[in-house]
Amino acid sequence: MTTFWGYERENGKVGARNHVLVIPLDDLSNTAAVGVERLIQGTRAIPHPYGRLQFGPDLELLFKTLAGFGRNPNIASAIVIGIEPNWTQKVADAIAQTGKHVEALSIEGYGDLKTIERASRIARQMVQDASEVPRKEFDVSNLLVSTKCGESDTTSGLASNPTIGVLYDRLVDEGATLLFGETSELTGGEKHIAQKMATEELKMKFMKIFNDYQNEILSRVPTVLGSQPTEGNIKGGLTTIEEKAMGNIQKAGHRKIVDVLDYAEEPKKKGLNWMNTSSAAAECLTLFAAAGAAVHIFTTGQGNIIGNPIIPVIKVSANPKTVRTMPEHIDLDVSGLLRFEYDLQEAGKRLYDLLFRTASGRLAANEILGHFEFSPTKLYISA
Amino acid sequence: MRSKVLIHNHGDHVGVATDDISKDEEVVCVFMDKKDETRVKSKNGIPLGHKISLKPIAAKDKILEYGEVIGIATSNIAAGEHVHIHNLKSLRL
Repeated sequence: MTTFWGYERENGKVGARNHVLVIPLDDLSNTAAVGVERLIQGTRAIPHPYGRLQFGPDLELLFKTLAGFGRNPNIASAIVIGIEPNWTQKVADAIAQTGKHVEALSIEGYGDLKTIERASRIARQMVQDASEVPRKEFDVSNLLVSTKCGESDTTSGLASNPTIGVLYDRLVDEGATLLFGETSELTGGEKHIAQKMATEELKMKFMKIFNDYQNEILSRVPTVLGSQPTEGNIKGGLTTIEEKAMGNIQKAGHRKIVDVLDYAEEPKKKGLNWMNTSSAAAECLTLFAAAGAAVHIFTTGQGNIIGNPIIPVIKVSANPKTVRTMPEHIDLDVSGLLRFEYDLQEAGKRLYDLLFRTASGRLAANEILGHFEFSPTKLYISA
Repeated sequence: MRSKVLIHNHGDHVGVATDDISKDEEVVCVFMDKKDETRVKSKNGIPLGHKISLKPIAAKDKILEYGEVIGIATSNIAAGEHVHIHNLKSLRL
């Protein structure tokens, strides 16, 4: 059984990183959160444009996303800063359920400078406490991994996505928890995903989500063509959403899907889980991180450079031009598959090894280059 | 001769260029599953990642890749032609 060196959290979850997170509840609090990040080494802020006058499921999803980031096992402790105390405390309370140290601060009555000072003094101690948490050895069943592809081309469907499929099959068999999503980009391959559902109930739940998405699109525009496939997809040789979907679903591998999750929902079952997500890379990865993924594996054809603030994003490409022209972004080159230099099993093994090294502390390219995209999904207009 | 095209499934109408292909090139195409080969002569230059037709396809015929319908031909396509958005369109929204 393969093991990795991770950080055990108070609730038993295991992380691959040990960040102290500064979460702005709303757009107004970005300045203070980033102020703390600048002052205190070892903290990470996640500024975003939302959090005011949202309501209903849209507001709930923002809370779930912000709290999910704090709850993620890659986070040692967190500070939530909001303009007023009530919503701020709500997110902090959801994080506190994990047992980890969390503090809530509001700006009204203090101003930015006093808030930054108060938060920075707390963060200083949190970083020092986090620095004493040791990495310990855990088996693969403690790992939560997510995957997505972006700026895909035909090399994704031929090589890099099937490599994920091999990896996912092995991780499922070894007891890990796996996530994939991308509702829109299953169009044309949805019946294959439906067939992979473990039960008839899950199949119906999935098809309802998929059809709701199609109807949502049709209620606004006559067609998604123009945004699907993207210009980059087309340049890389992809033609239709059906072709893109067939390439996309290679990532899911060959195991049954054990659960269908809502946006940012934490998986309850080990094995292969599908989540309803946007196919936009930053939004999708944000939802996976909010659901507790510790490591993400991202395949790209034309060279999507996406990252995430709290989870390492291992980037895999099989496009020989991309790995030559954008090497600083690529963690694993599997273009040799196209030249029959090795087979999919070998590529899957290389990715498996890299996954465990990354989970144990090896930095992914996105972490070194500072690709920390944080994009909460917004469901509809604010009040 | 080195192969420059991979084909997902037997029965597919198209293969994928794994390297840039010149016009009038005799191209070796390898099937992903069993590794057996077929050959086709290119009618156009085809960039890496783009598709080449392996057999004649009539206008309005469904085009197969991965053993699945990926769209329909919008014009007659000869064997060896570049298959892309100019002659293939989606059946979905």
